[in-house]
Amino acid sequence: MMSEKTLIRLMPWLVTIGLFILWELLCIVTGIEKFILPRPTLVFETMVQFAPQIAHHSLQTLYTTTAGFVLGVVGGGLLGVFIGASRLVYVGLYPVLVGFNSIPKVALVPVLVIWFGIGTVPAIITAFVISFFPIVVNVATGLATIEPELRDVLRSLGASKTEILTKIGLPRAMPYLFASLKIAITLAFVGSVIAETVASNEGIGYLMLSASSSYNVPLVFAGLVVVAVMGVVMYAVAVWFERRMTGWAFRGSDLMS
Amino acid sequence: MQGPAFVKIDGVSLVYRQAEEETLAVEDLNIDIQEGEFVAVVGPSGCGKSTLMKLVTGLLDTTAGRITIGGKPVKGPVQGVGMAFQNSTLLPWRSTLDNVMLPLEIVEPHKRRLRKEKKAYIEQAMALLKTVGLADFADKFPWQLSGGMQQRANVCRSIIHNPRLLMLDEPFGALDAFTREELWGVMQALWMEKKFTSILITHDLREATFLADRVFVMSKRPGKIILSKEIDVPRPRTLDTTFEPHFGEIVHELREHIHSVRES
Repeated sequence: MMSEKTLIRLMPWLVTIGLFILWELLCIVTGIEKFILPRPTLVFETMVQFAPQIAHHSLQTLYTTTAGFVLGVVGGGLLGVFIGASRLVYVGLYPVLVGFNSIPKVALVPVLVIWFGIGTVPAIITAFVISFFPIVVNVATGLATIEPELRDVLRSLGASKTEILTKIGLPRAMPYLFASLKIAITLAFVGSVIAETVASNEGIGYLMLSASSSYNVPLVFAGLVVVAVMGVVMYAVAVWFERRMTGWAFRGSDLMS
Repeated sequence: MQGPAFVKIDGVSLVYRQAEEETLAVEDLNIDIQEGEFVAVVGPSGCGKSTLMKLVTGLLDTTAGRITIGGKPVKGPVQGVGMAFQNSTLLPWRSTLDNVMLPLEIVEPHKRRLRKEKKAYIEQAMALLKTVGLADFADKFPWQLSGGMQQRANVCRSIIHNPRLLMLDEPFGALDAFTREELWGVMQALWMEKKFTSILITHDLREATFLADRVFVMSKRPGKIILSKEIDVPRPRTLDTTFEPHFGEIVHELREHIHSVRES
């Protein structure tokens, strides 16, 4: 008999493999053409066959995504602190931020191309602007929701604004920051791949676009699978950091691994 | 014993302004508190007890009248005051010991000395934790403590820096009756040892009578002081004391006043 703990560990793998098997069976039973929906085995075959190209392009995507994400964390974190710490900044900037975030980022790429040309820079910037917003909002929320009693305790001790920020605000905002990183990293992939699809000659997005224009649909799907895998891996890295940095916020639970 | 008052609340009123509406929260408060005295303020809920606390600590400005502490008028947050609220507001990312030591990182002269004399300060904090029975929990985090333990740590945090003034806003309000009465004893022992000037806000008349030298009864909004009652029960008071007839009489008298206020 398998213990529940082992089962919990195995579950993600079982579900993923199960989905691939379902996909495979569906293709076999319906006899669907491979240039419409290729079987997963064919996708993996293609992956092996095009391994050097895929590796090259996914490294490029990983690079632009990570660069954009890091910029997003630094910029978003800083802006979040400003917005969360000052009511004036909050009131002034929030509507602008919401407005900016409502713009579909794909519409931004052509502008970026005009400014920076095609290639790496637009991809990094797109990843940055798309991952930026959730970080700002979360950090600001963490800071703005300090319990009033706790603030009173600190103020009547004679704490300065900076002290309240460093002693309470920032540590308190950490779980919010890390929660947002998990959202932001997956969004960053959306941003970079969109930009590569529209305006680049490198990266997974470009690879998929050129594969689709030559009807190499299995390669398109191989690209999708690679993006998904990179997203999951980066997400796991973010979770690992979160557990290391803000274990106190989880009260020792085994969930959320 | 009647020297010049340490805390002097002189004809203080406060009007809350929200949009067009004005609410008179407290009206013409006059309270003198001697240095080292323990006073309690009781009253029906919504009578402005917590407002009074914010006024004394300078977190709110008075609309009329003035407040002085040690002869100096209160303008802006008073520094170095110890505070404990009903919810313990311990920082979840800090251990019990680190939570208790938080004021030392903020209040001078401890702030300056803390790095150099860390060991002595830790010993001091541990000694305090020991007197409230938390020595074995110094390394535990707040969520690993019971509600009563969290409040003990909270009280420790409010007095670690030997505050000139201690403000307690229903610190035992959320605890069960047994734990609460146990903590009265702990609080009294701490006060008798260190004699910090203390203001306790509470709606528990037995708690006020047990802990305070003087009890002030406030009317409902707008809050006014309608009774100042000297508690002439010898210390240390014990739980047995609370069952003595004289103790009962005092509580009864306070209750009568609160009752008349609520009726009016």
